[in-house]
Amino acid sequence: MTEFANVGRRIPKVDAREKVTGRASYINDLKLPGMLYGKILYSKYPHARIKHIDISKAESLPGVRAVLTGYNIPEIRVGFMKDNTPLKKGKVRNWKDEVAAVAAIDPDIAEAALDLIEVEYEELPGVFDPVEAMQDGAPLIHEFDPKGRPATSNILKLPWNLQCGDMETGKAAAAYTVSDQYRVTWVAHCCMGLSGCIAQFDLNNNLTMYSITQIPFLAQNDFNSALAAMGLKGKNTRIINTVIGGGFGSKLDTHIYEYIAILLSFKTRKPVKIMFTRAEEFQYQPPRQPAIIDVTQGCDKNGKLTFREVAMLLDNGAYTSWGATTPSVMMVPISSLYRVPNISYTAKSVYTNNIYSQAMRGYGNPQATFALECNLDQLAEQAGIDPLDFRMRNVNQPGEITPQNFKITTCGLKECLEKVADGLDWTHSQGRGQGRGVGIASLIHVGGGARVYKSDGHGMIMKLDDFGKISVITGAVEIGQGSETVLAQVTAEVLGLRTEDVNVIKGDTDICPWDVGTHASRQTFVSCNAAINTAAKIKQQILELASRHLGAAPNELDIKNRMIFVTSDPDNPERQMELDKLLRKVHYSRQGRMIMAEYFYDPPNEMLDREFKGNLSCCYAYGATGVEVEVDKETGQVKILQYYAAHDVGRALNPMLLEGQIYGAAVMGTGYALSEQLIVKNGRVMNDNFLDYKMLTAMDYIPVKPIIVEPVDSVGPFGAKGVGEPGCVPSAPAIANAIYDAVGVRIKDLPITNEKILTALKAKADKGEKSLSESG
Amino acid sequence: MKKEIFFTLNGKLVNAEVDVSRTLLDVLREQFELTGTKEGCGVGECGACTVLINGLSINSCLMPILEVESADVVTVEGLADEQGRLDPVQEAFIQHGAVQCGFCTPGMVMSAKALLMENPHPTEDQIRAGIAGNLCRCTGYIQIVEAIKAVTEPTRD
Repeated sequence: MTEFANVGRRIPKVDAREKVTGRASYINDLKLPGMLYGKILYSKYPHARIKHIDISKAESLPGVRAVLTGYNIPEIRVGFMKDNTPLKKGKVRNWKDEVAAVAAIDPDIAEAALDLIEVEYEELPGVFDPVEAMQDGAPLIHEFDPKGRPATSNILKLPWNLQCGDMETGKAAAAYTVSDQYRVTWVAHCCMGLSGCIAQFDLNNNLTMYSITQIPFLAQNDFNSALAAMGLKGKNTRIINTVIGGGFGSKLDTHIYEYIAILLSFKTRKPVKIMFTRAEEFQYQPPRQPAIIDVTQGCDKNGKLTFREVAMLLDNGAYTSWGATTPSVMMVPISSLYRVPNISYTAKSVYTNNIYSQAMRGYGNPQATFALECNLDQLAEQAGIDPLDFRMRNVNQPGEITPQNFKITTCGLKECLEKVADGLDWTHSQGRGQGRGVGIASLIHVGGGARVYKSDGHGMIMKLDDFGKISVITGAVEIGQGSETVLAQVTAEVLGLRTEDVNVIKGDTDICPWDVGTHASRQTFVSCNAAINTAAKIKQQILELASRHLGAAPNELDIKNRMIFVTSDPDNPERQMELDKLLRKVHYSRQGRMIMAEYFYDPPNEMLDREFKGNLSCCYAYGATGVEVEVDKETGQVKILQYYAAHDVGRALNPMLLEGQIYGAAVMGTGYALSEQLIVKNGRVMNDNFLDYKMLTAMDYIPVKPIIVEPVDSVGPFGAKGVGEPGCVPSAPAIANAIYDAVGVRIKDLPITNEKILTALKAKADKGEKSLSESG
Repeated sequence: MKKEIFFTLNGKLVNAEVDVSRTLLDVLREQFELTGTKEGCGVGECGACTVLINGLSINSCLMPILEVESADVVTVEGLADEQGRLDPVQEAFIQHGAVQCGFCTPGMVMSAKALLMENPHPTEDQIRAGIAGNLCRCTGYIQIVEAIKAVTEPTRD
């Protein structure tokens, strides 16, 4: 293998120094001259008519600069289905509903003004269960659709339906079948950085948003539409990203608070900042979506899967974010995890008066994989086949085309499963006794971008300066994952520079070229591919210019360690030239020129067609997680004794950062499995703080051992695939399967709390006694 | 109500006229413009605002400003030496990949610093207990623990 100078090395994150010293500036830390502070008044009911709002007292409070309601702002429709508005008019549909907003000279005055706003409501019956919400006579959440046509049902006009092969044949061929229902619930992203923004208009009514969005260019589009609705058609938005305190998909929508800041800023002609509190973050930032998932799978007598049938019911909450499209990604494991010839998948989203949801790390994949991989273990048991062996009999292979028309290029699933099994000492481990057991689960995710929009593109500009330093100007958003660092590594590799010679310029839509966003684990894949192509153009320019000075053709030259040299005569000092020296010669000469290049990389993947088929990603990331647990039968407490996370990453561009993604995702996935849930009662989040919302702490020791499998993929940058999301996908089913192996109870709804385990153990014991007494 | 207080901040004696209802976190961020100390919850549950007060790690969001009178306060901005050389804890965080989004990092670094000042050679359990009050969503804590371990290794003395 070629030895790389930058790629594959454990290079620290380029922004780590700023962050450990406290110099990194997050949205919380930013203040503009003359800035006002915005606060939002939320609904007092989950479903009610707004009879009257009186803002006069709030308006007359000294220090208040604006009070807005749905009745004194223009109509702006937002969200994936355009069913939401910045401030509500007529009625409120959940506790999150924004009823009024204030801008004041300090946050305390803004808060005090909220208390002075008088809202008269007429409470309406609410519906908080998606099954009830579908029934005839259920209260309608939206009486009219966004186009003003009367609605007749709470079921969204957003059906998902994937049919592959022939279900009848698949069912006829099955010797064993298992049907069951699984439930997953709301969990919060828990970004440590709180949400916030600053909106500011210039004198020409163009908007600048200081923002933490993961999708700056799509947000620009959304905000420009809002400007048009405000009578500012043709005006533009500039998005400036501050340092972002965690993303995990929570910033893939433009959020209501951002529109409110824009409206307040336009009204007051001042910069307006809105910052969430942690309680607001829990109450009002949309979480991961809950689902009720029915799965049936069948296999023949040799353990070959013959069919898979999945029907899903999703609680949409009161409004529709981009998160409502997670069923499209749920299709990835449903259609393509293991070889299943016949597949049926339908999903329905239903409006309720609950909080609405959005995307979160994995974009539906963790929910779907939990159901599939638990059901698979149940099927293996019924077929009398070891769960690992069962998976091996159905394992995906390189070169296959899956029923959804995914073209699998490289596939390291088999190796991942083998290595995880080795780690767990699988052959000796089944039924370890004493409350210990092992479980395994696999994953597939998009690894080579995902064409969810018409473009999956990434634009890039590079320029070399007088001193041999290169600026990489990118639309990539750094959310902590390290895209900035790997971009620097890859650029340096192509150009024969050091990583520290690369300066990544990001986070400004006025400067940076267009990109779809940091989602779908795509950023390293697309931006590094863009970097390789842009840097190749830069290199060509350098070599052409250098050839005049070194007396050799461009193709006889190369660059290493910032030195241009003749490849056939590499050690001859007379035929070498330092890069920065060349640059200065080029700049300080008659008819001088710059060395700059741009490239737009759009991966060769496909949008799903009307049947939801197509090669969504140009390569796929596979992985397997294996855990050993110990379950205390007295307390129901689950301890993770071993946790192996094997990932097919194509190539590890930076093993240290890669391990960081795997560790973080594994621990997040373990929280999803065992402890995390937003407790929602009549639509209200009851646990809006870190004492009651159980995110794992350093005291919850999860001994994650990453195993990196590298089947270098030809389309990936240096062979790499995306890895940001995959790690949290198989945690919950692997743990659920291990708990079953340990104590013989299968918990089918997340999180698997101590209480649920104890209840199931008791039910099992009661049943055992009963059958014993019956037989006796 | 305003009151003047004196305390030591990052090695220098400072005075400030403060609103008595404010917390140390408010005063650090708003009056001294030391924004390295982060507010992640404001109610002492996440640890992002951790500073050292008389050598102990404290959630500055819970600390009434008047309690700081005459105390020795160190924030993340006060860890590097006068030549700008980082504290070994900061350096270890960089080298071991303990930083991702970085929002919890200043608080995490301060908790680690307090732990190591009290116990220069902690076990892994002690390290985990030492940062138990600091939440991190990105790292799963693993590389953070590795970084703190690395500082305690005798070869790095």
